[in-house]
Amino acid sequence: MDSLAAAWRLLLSFDPDLIEIVGLSLRVSLMAVFLAALVALPVGAALALHRFPGRRAVIILLDAFMGLPPVVVGLVVYMALAHQGPLGGLGWLFTPRAMILAQMLLVLPILAALTRQSIADEWEVVGEQLRSFGVSRMRAIPTLLWDGRYRLVTTLLAGFGRAIAEVGAVLIVGGNIAHVTRVMTTAITLETSKGDLTLALGLGIVLILLAIAVNALAHAIRYAEQRLAKPAPGVGR
Amino acid sequence: MTDQSSALPLRVESLGYDVGGEVLLDDVSFVLEEGGPTVLLGPNGAGKSLTLRLCHGLIAPTRGQVTWSAPDAQQRQAMVFQRPVMLRRSALANVTYALGARGIDRKERRERAMQALESAGLARVAHRSARALSGGEQQRLALARAWALEPEVLFLDEPTASLDPAATLEVEKIVRAIGAAGTRIVMTTHDLAQAKRFATDVIFLHGGRLVEHTPAEQFFVEPATEDARAFVQGNLFW
Repeated sequence: MDSLAAAWRLLLSFDPDLIEIVGLSLRVSLMAVFLAALVALPVGAALALHRFPGRRAVIILLDAFMGLPPVVVGLVVYMALAHQGPLGGLGWLFTPRAMILAQMLLVLPILAALTRQSIADEWEVVGEQLRSFGVSRMRAIPTLLWDGRYRLVTTLLAGFGRAIAEVGAVLIVGGNIAHVTRVMTTAITLETSKGDLTLALGLGIVLILLAIAVNALAHAIRYAEQRLAKPAPGVGR
Repeated sequence: MTDQSSALPLRVESLGYDVGGEVLLDDVSFVLEEGGPTVLLGPNGAGKSLTLRLCHGLIAPTRGQVTWSAPDAQQRQAMVFQRPVMLRRSALANVTYALGARGIDRKERRERAMQALESAGLARVAHRSARALSGGEQQRLALARAWALEPEVLFLDEPTASLDPAATLEVEKIVRAIGAAGTRIVMTTHDLAQAKRFATDVIFLHGGRLVEHTPAEQFFVEPATEDARAFVQGNLFW
């Protein structure tokens, strides 16, 4: 109980170390989700709309990769970025870039799989009408992404939740170097093993608050969407 | 529609459609010239919607063929479905989207869309979210959207089947106006009264087969076939 009180005090004092760690966590995970979305959204949409040999296998793999173990992703990225690895020349190992890359790979299948599902559902509803307009499947992709925008935001939040909470990948490729690659989850791991529970608990509280905030946001978006879909008299603009 | 050559006549020859070995439509042949409206009539499961979708090119036939008289016929048709399909954007944007898909340039889109909305009595809700409109309004919007495309042929699949009487009246009014403006109307219905109000000729389908294709005045008074007579007299069968 003492350490819990100390953790709150640490939080409320806006400890610079703590703020630095939280800031890097947010930066890495937000960037990873952003970059993953650039690839995953069009890929997910294309998978929903295009038929090609091996499509089913790709979908099964994608769904399976949603639960990719972070340590394995970390290991693969580590080997790629290591000195003798194919991307060793970049010199990214033990930098935030390596962490972004690892989290991006971790989040990508989640975003692609959920996007595929939501776009496939949209297509189910509007596909026939779009084809009647003469819209090709390729040209339907931006239309469906826009029409599915509320669900896509929830998808992005799910990806962000996964990225911010994982420890295995960033620990391996980042190395938990103080002031360089130390993020919330790696700091918690280290401080706990050192027996310093104050900082660990403080960061844990921040993580949980973030998780609550992300979920509240997702709910708010769903609520707003339902409100918009209902007929409301006299709200013409 | 300034084009000289017409997409009509539409020739449907020995059309058949199977799903998983089950024959849903078999040996359906007819020709549609200018004129109309043509009403595809028949009980549920007769193959009316299926025939419409095959004609519009949304699905490919298992047997037979659908032949239009112009190579760009797909660009000159539109279809409205039983349940209106709305994109998640404003009523106006729903119409301009369809116009954009047909390659109408940006400036003209808005003008034509507003005109179509006005004709359908929807100008007031132009900026309202389309999915927030009532069922009747959505169907009118679907019609306005199709109308804005100025199609040569308009397919209507049970356009009033999920509407109340007042909304049905509104929708029928718009359909009539579209027909009067020169669009060839082809619609399905299982509602005998509606068929009587609209049809110049009736294609009567039953059990996936074309039973008869007769001028309306004859069909409702003296159908050529036993099945059609039973349907007109309301003695239904399976």
